[in-house]
Amino acid sequence: MSTQLRRSPDPKASVDSAAPSMQWWLVLAGTVLLIAGSFLSWSFTPAILGNVTITGLPAPLQIFTIVIGVLGLFLLLLRMGRFHHISTLLDSARGLRALGVTATAYLVLVVLVIALQAPGLANADPGVFVCLVGAGLMVAGSLRMPSDPTVDPISVHLPSWAEILVIVALMALVLFGAAYALGQEDGTVFSLFLLFLSGVVVALQRAGLFGWIGVIAARNRRVITLGAFVVAFLFPLTQDGSDANMSIATQVLIFATTALGLNIVVGLAGLLDLGYIAFLGAGAYVSAMMSHSAFANIGWKPPFLVVVLIAATVSSVLGLIIGSPTLRVSGDYLAIVTLAFGEIFRLTVNNLDGNNGPDLTNGPNGIPGVPELEFGSFKFGDTHEIFGITLGRFANYYFLLLVVAALIITIFTRLNNSRIGRGWIAIREDEKAAEAMGVNVFGLKLFAFAGGAFLAGMAGSIKAHQDVSVTPDQYIFLESAFLLAAIVLGGMGTVAGVLVGATVLKLLPEKLRFVADYRLLTFGLLLVLMMRFRPEGLVPSGRRALEFHEDDERLAAKVEESHIEKVTPTGGRT
Amino acid sequence: MSAAAIHDDAAMAQASSGAVVLQATGVTMRFGGLTAVNNVNLTVSEGEIVGLIGPNGAGKTTFFNCLTGMYKPTEGQVTFQGTVLPPKPRAVVQAGMARTFQNIRLFANMTALENVMVGRYCRTSAMALTSILRGPKYRHEEEATRERAKQLLDFVGLSNTAEHLARNLPYGDQRRLEIARALATDPKLILLDEPTAGMNPKETEQAKELIFRIRDLGLAVVVIEHDMRFIFSLCDRVLCLVRGETLVEGSPVEVQRDPRVIEAYIGTPDEDEVDDEAAKEEHS
Ligand SMILES: Nc1ncnc2c1ncn2[C@@H]1O[C@H](COP(=O)(O)OP(=O)(O)O)[C@@H](O)[C@H]1O
Ligand SMILES: [Mg+2]
Repeated sequence: MSTQLRRSPDPKASVDSAAPSMQWWLVLAGTVLLIAGSFLSWSFTPAILGNVTITGLPAPLQIFTIVIGVLGLFLLLLRMGRFHHISTLLDSARGLRALGVTATAYLVLVVLVIALQAPGLANADPGVFVCLVGAGLMVAGSLRMPSDPTVDPISVHLPSWAEILVIVALMALVLFGAAYALGQEDGTVFSLFLLFLSGVVVALQRAGLFGWIGVIAARNRRVITLGAFVVAFLFPLTQDGSDANMSIATQVLIFATTALGLNIVVGLAGLLDLGYIAFLGAGAYVSAMMSHSAFANIGWKPPFLVVVLIAATVSSVLGLIIGSPTLRVSGDYLAIVTLAFGEIFRLTVNNLDGNNGPDLTNGPNGIPGVPELEFGSFKFGDTHEIFGITLGRFANYYFLLLVVAALIITIFTRLNNSRIGRGWIAIREDEKAAEAMGVNVFGLKLFAFAGGAFLAGMAGSIKAHQDVSVTPDQYIFLESAFLLAAIVLGGMGTVAGVLVGATVLKLLPEKLRFVADYRLLTFGLLLVLMMRFRPEGLVPSGRRALEFHEDDERLAAKVEESHIEKVTPTGGRT
Repeated sequence: MSAAAIHDDAAMAQASSGAVVLQATGVTMRFGGLTAVNNVNLTVSEGEIVGLIGPNGAGKTTFFNCLTGMYKPTEGQVTFQGTVLPPKPRAVVQAGMARTFQNIRLFANMTALENVMVGRYCRTSAMALTSILRGPKYRHEEEATRERAKQLLDFVGLSNTAEHLARNLPYGDQRRLEIARALATDPKLILLDEPTAGMNPKETEQAKELIFRIRDLGLAVVVIEHDMRFIFSLCDRVLCLVRGETLVEGSPVEVQRDPRVIEAYIGTPDEDEVDDEAAKEEHS
């Protein structure tokens, strides 16, 4: 059944004959025009789009179109002559189509921006129209190229040094892209960059390269993890004490860390938890109440590591209390109960102000003035110098959170690949059958739920110090919804997915006024679009993708193929 | 069928084989007004293959569900190796009784190997902290689980498809994978619900040979089947259910010759309805 779908039997079916066809020349002309146009002036006024007026010296926005053109040329050359056989491994037609569409959309946007901001279409120089014609030719040509979405280069084996090189290159690109995106003050340029980035990613995915990258990543997991941490660790050093960006980065990190914990509950165990933020809040409140803040109402001040443990334990006990009656019954009760729990938490901390109950949380005012953390003589509030680079307050918390994130990622991946992880998958697949095969369904669900609460409590205890104050309105249902949105957007059950989702959801409002003003509208729209077109998220696990596409035989064959490639280091050939 | 006769059969079975593994007495299951299983007794001894036959809707699957704790029987009790089983699937598996399903219930998006490894869940113990820290004990257990799962795939003849997704396997292989998954729980007794449904004659023959090999491992087997030739050449003892009640129990030859069984099965183009009528006449 699966074997028939695995490879296109006729290697020539998917490509033009070795002699270039009409459409091939058409696309070639398109890419050449796109590249050439990028060297010309696009706009008469240098004031907009980061100055795209200089002929011969492309601005960043023009470099993006050059990159698209070069990628297009590359895919195009693979379709002919000596490289012809590569076309049987790569669906270059679909890749070219995506590139063409991206370039067209990008340039139309540029023209619109010129017309609106310059203002006036008269300010658009010929260069941008040359590019636009080129992009149009790319679309027109590639649409008529035969394509075969079943092909992918998954079985291509590079020497391991080359694989590592690919990974390093990708990571460098990620770091570079992130730094560039963070540095963009201009919302328009940021949006255009985002469009370019997603277009290139989609093109690579359409060409079938993602499966291959996934296999390489799985085979070199150590390198990836190490590399990712080095990159993340070096990031503050590139910011040279700039608190603005580090503040955002820290926000992203704490959001991502919390979402990673939630992804154990939602992505691995398959439990819908709508009140996760309350566990974060419980941890934060415990931590604040035991801190040296003037408004802290607990007299005992143990060292911070003890506080972390207490906060996490309190959260997980709350998780046990809510989970043990609800998780016994199957169905969506948990969602409703957790939703209610989130509200109960908010109301409770709002009211424990001495008027209606014990004076614990200081009511709606919260607990302000939570002091900075101190580990020995290392004060998190101070700036430090390393190698002549200034690291501010946020960088200190960033490093601490990085360690916590590493811890949670380790827990996440190790649990996922263990007896417990298999039990969770079995429960997601068929709860009754899992029970009948001896899997402790209730126990595993409760463990995921309370364990997730534990991790949230841990993150919350740090968040209290980093935020300086703890107030009820930080821990409302909306925040739980955003956490879930990060997981749905990024991909259930994967670490990379959550990181992508959290970054997008935190970065967009920071960089785009529009998103910040209409946060609910844009995120809601985003989620609706995701549900319609890619319910498994941007970076899903193969298994999760299959769960969302029960009848997709081709996807099943692909996932199986890449799994076999991953588990057999020498490749699937037997 | 008189109670005495049932008793005789049970006694005979015990005499011919080893110790009693499973003893179900007076199992009754009612769904509202419908009595799906009515006062059924079953005794299975070590190394025995018992067949459960009966027309569609006779209550065979429901009886299995009662035995395995998927349903809580309205009346009656199930004793396994001398202890009364609580109606909890997990406790039943832990005690040593595993099953397969009539409508295949594999973990479709897991590989064949992972499916069998899930079966090992109840015989392994790694908990959260062990799984996170990954000490030598954890790695050893994980390795042993993998090895055992591979052996079992070998045993049922699926060694080449270990890394294939369960949903991508052909139908016959899926049935065999379910058997491997059940065997992974180290059962003393395995319940097979229509293990050859949808199989071609060659696969059916292989399935029969597989069941014999399972029996030779020292397990007791209870198998539900429609294929008469299959069941009579396979089983030591056959029990025929009609409308939730035991119609006949005895050796394959006895059951095969019994006119009531012949009436229930033969010359009926539309099995369900005619069977039901036959059973009704039987009662009046
Ligand atoms: N969960 C249930 N609720 C109500 N009726 C059921 C349920 N399970 C089985 N039945 C009924 O019990 C009878 C026996 O079904 P079943 O055991 O599946 O028959 P068999 O396996 O012998 O073909 C059928 O009439 C069926 O409709
Ligand atoms: Mg049945």
